[in-house]
Amino acid sequence: MSLLEIRSISKSFGDNRAVDDVSLTIRAGELLGLIGSNGAGKTTLVNLISGFFPADHGQLVFDGRDITRQTVNERIRAGIARSFQLVNLFDQLTVLDNIALTIFAREGKTRHLMALAATDGAVYREALDILGQFSLEAKAGMLAGAIAQGERKLLDVAVAYTLRPRLLFLDEPTSGVSSREKAPIMDIVTSIVRSQRITAVIIEHDMDVVFRYSERIVAMHQGKILAEGTPDEIRRNEQVTANLLGAQPA
Amino acid sequence: MDTLVIQILNSLFYASILFLIACGLTLVYGVMRIVNMAHGNLYAVGAYVAAWIIGLVAGWMPSAGLFLLILVGAAAAAFAGAVLEPTMLRPLYRRAEEYQLLITFGLLLILEDLLRLVWGPHPLTASALSDTLGSFTLLGATYPGYNLFVIAVGGAAAALLWALVYRTRFGVMLRATSQDMRMAAALGINVKQVYVQAFTIGCFMAGLGGAVVMPISGAVLGMGVDALILAFVVVVIGGLGSLEGALVGALIVGAVRTLGITYFAEIELAVLYLIAAVVLFVRPAGLFGRA
Amino acid sequence: MTSPAAPRERPLTPRKLLAAGLGLVVLLALPTVLPTFQTLQVSYGLIFGIAALGFNLLLGYTGLLSFGHSAFFGAGAYMAAFLVKYAGVTSMEAFLAAGVLAAFATAAVFGVVCVRYTRIFFSILALALSQVLWSLALKLFWVTGGTDGLRVPTPTLLAGALAPAADKTAFLVHRYYYYVLAVFVLAVAVMWVILHSPFGTALQAIRDNEVRAEFVGVQVRRYRYVAFLVSGAFTGLAGALWVPLNGLTTPDILYWPFSGKIVFMAVLGGFRTFWGPIVGAIVFNYLETWAVGFTVYWQLVLGLILVALVLAMPTGLAGTASLLAARLWRR
Repeated sequence: MSLLEIRSISKSFGDNRAVDDVSLTIRAGELLGLIGSNGAGKTTLVNLISGFFPADHGQLVFDGRDITRQTVNERIRAGIARSFQLVNLFDQLTVLDNIALTIFAREGKTRHLMALAATDGAVYREALDILGQFSLEAKAGMLAGAIAQGERKLLDVAVAYTLRPRLLFLDEPTSGVSSREKAPIMDIVTSIVRSQRITAVIIEHDMDVVFRYSERIVAMHQGKILAEGTPDEIRRNEQVTANLLGAQPA
Repeated sequence: MDTLVIQILNSLFYASILFLIACGLTLVYGVMRIVNMAHGNLYAVGAYVAAWIIGLVAGWMPSAGLFLLILVGAAAAAFAGAVLEPTMLRPLYRRAEEYQLLITFGLLLILEDLLRLVWGPHPLTASALSDTLGSFTLLGATYPGYNLFVIAVGGAAAALLWALVYRTRFGVMLRATSQDMRMAAALGINVKQVYVQAFTIGCFMAGLGGAVVMPISGAVLGMGVDALILAFVVVVIGGLGSLEGALVGALIVGAVRTLGITYFAEIELAVLYLIAAVVLFVRPAGLFGRA
Repeated sequence: MTSPAAPRERPLTPRKLLAAGLGLVVLLALPTVLPTFQTLQVSYGLIFGIAALGFNLLLGYTGLLSFGHSAFFGAGAYMAAFLVKYAGVTSMEAFLAAGVLAAFATAAVFGVVCVRYTRIFFSILALALSQVLWSLALKLFWVTGGTDGLRVPTPTLLAGALAPAADKTAFLVHRYYYYVLAVFVLAVAVMWVILHSPFGTALQAIRDNEVRAEFVGVQVRRYRYVAFLVSGAFTGLAGALWVPLNGLTTPDILYWPFSGKIVFMAVLGGFRTFWGPIVGAIVFNYLETWAVGFTVYWQLVLGLILVALVLAMPTGLAGTASLLAARLWRR
């Protein structure tokens, strides 16, 4: 069953065709890897789907509904969430408050001016619980800006996860993290995603990570989709190996 | 017909002064991403220094020489800028933008009172200068020659600045730094030097504006604060960082002020701000600004 | 570039409550020990404290530096003056209600334009718009009294429950001082709750990272707008409280350097803390009064202090004090 249908989506910045007539179907429950060299258009595609900017042409249909013209907020309410390539957190709030704020927003409670946030025990219990799922509960009281990079990456994913999305986009969840830390991060992320039956799209540069964790892979190059298939099919695809995997260590 | 000619000339006159102030503000923002709240005070410095030096030598120097002394006012403002940028602004580049607004506001307070300290609370003038050029008759209208001189200075400044920015090597460096400071530095441009030079040029222009208008309106305490707000309206309409915007904005504001003073004097300022708000609604970055 | 660091909020500990309680006791006792002039100074300090508190909702907590808050202060003050001139009203409660509404309405109009922008553009726009009001107050002299301004006599307090005082000074120093103190305490309490509400947390999130805030479902522009409204309302309240004390309102309080003073107060006290702006307002008031009395070049003095603050003590008095305290306690 298709969750998201991307139909001939295009986006240009001046002369640069960042995303060029891309069509793709994302199936419910799958874990999709999105690969491609720098400038291939992966992040632009995620930006288009999440609503960061509007597409020039094309259509996006999420769960049967046309979301092409919807705002970021509407898409979040519909069930699309994302993390960011360069970690985007509320650095001056505690790790716990980063999650708590997201819960408040999700529940529509951020409209309340005359209630003390700290008195809402249910929100903070859920926040602590989520932190526990991501192995971050020890850092709950620290400022988000003060924790290690790997933990920040996890927190970024945790914030997106807190929105209870049906479709989650993770933009390079292990970039900037040492190779030792990559596997633990991906293990946590994929186990949570699988157990909650969240459809996930993971943009990654690290081919080991992509091949190990994805069920299906889509390869982009210069704004277009080059190939899609299972990890084995992609590995054997000549165009992909030429354009993307050539520079990878054997 | 002659009223129309006078209205047009008055608009150009205001526009010239406004451009001189606003172009510095917008240049500094475009290159350095800094808004100098004390920019109006540098306009005042130009006025005061020019008034003072002309007052000193008026007795024995011929009028032609006095005109050149206007440049001394501009140079004084430029010098002040060259001193202020490395001492007050450079320490704050790494910090949040808010701090530069705060420090330049402090600078505004300091300069206001320094002017008072040096030259006292009473206005300085050099009205003799404004009379020297007499009046001219154009298309049936009689118009002061000095005002035409001001229009000429404004036009010349616009042309020279345009040439500097678009036709010189220094201009290339300015534009490169303004588009991408880090890249410019990586390419070997001495960004620190570009910054202080851009700031100095901006202050020179403001000082020139003050010096040139001084024979007509005098050097008065508070002129800087008044001028800044108009400069802001000009750059908001024209787009912060755009020289064309400063020119067009100055022309628009000059025209509205002229019409306003004639037809709706009480609310002319309010109309101006209203226009600024409308422009922003339609084009959030100003007419020529970058989004 | 990094954004100015956020207020560090620790929960309301018994120690904090005790300190606040002591502060309140001191403030209650002041009129009995201080000479008249000093009590009036404290009154002004508390009033500006409310204004600075409102201002800092935008700066410290939402990350927006407004150089146009004179518009709200002036709206509050002039509204009270209009009530006197055109409706013969003398009730302080009416002044406050009308003042807050006028400031709220001003913020509602200005906010529509201002919150589309951030950083410097926001600051300049707020400044430019506040000047609209200033120019109107100046030019429409048949309505506003022009440069002469409008007089406001001593109002009746608590809907006339207290008999009007015969001696104006005694009134101001006693009854009016306690009235101001009561409003101050109320304002501080309300603002404290707002800043510690889910809404307040959302504002801080917007300040820290507006992209992320948008992407967790906080509609940034709307929240900024509401923050702008609340901020304006608080500052308008201060304006309405101020005008009976001052006796007179003139276009000076709408002129943009007055906005600069409000900014100064918050920076002086430390805009990264809750109490900083209040401390800053009280200290600034004393500073300004002293400077004006000390030299005709008081702007120079204040300007130098501001420059020194920005360069050497950006966290302000309260911020530096709490940093020092933290270091002492760590030993």
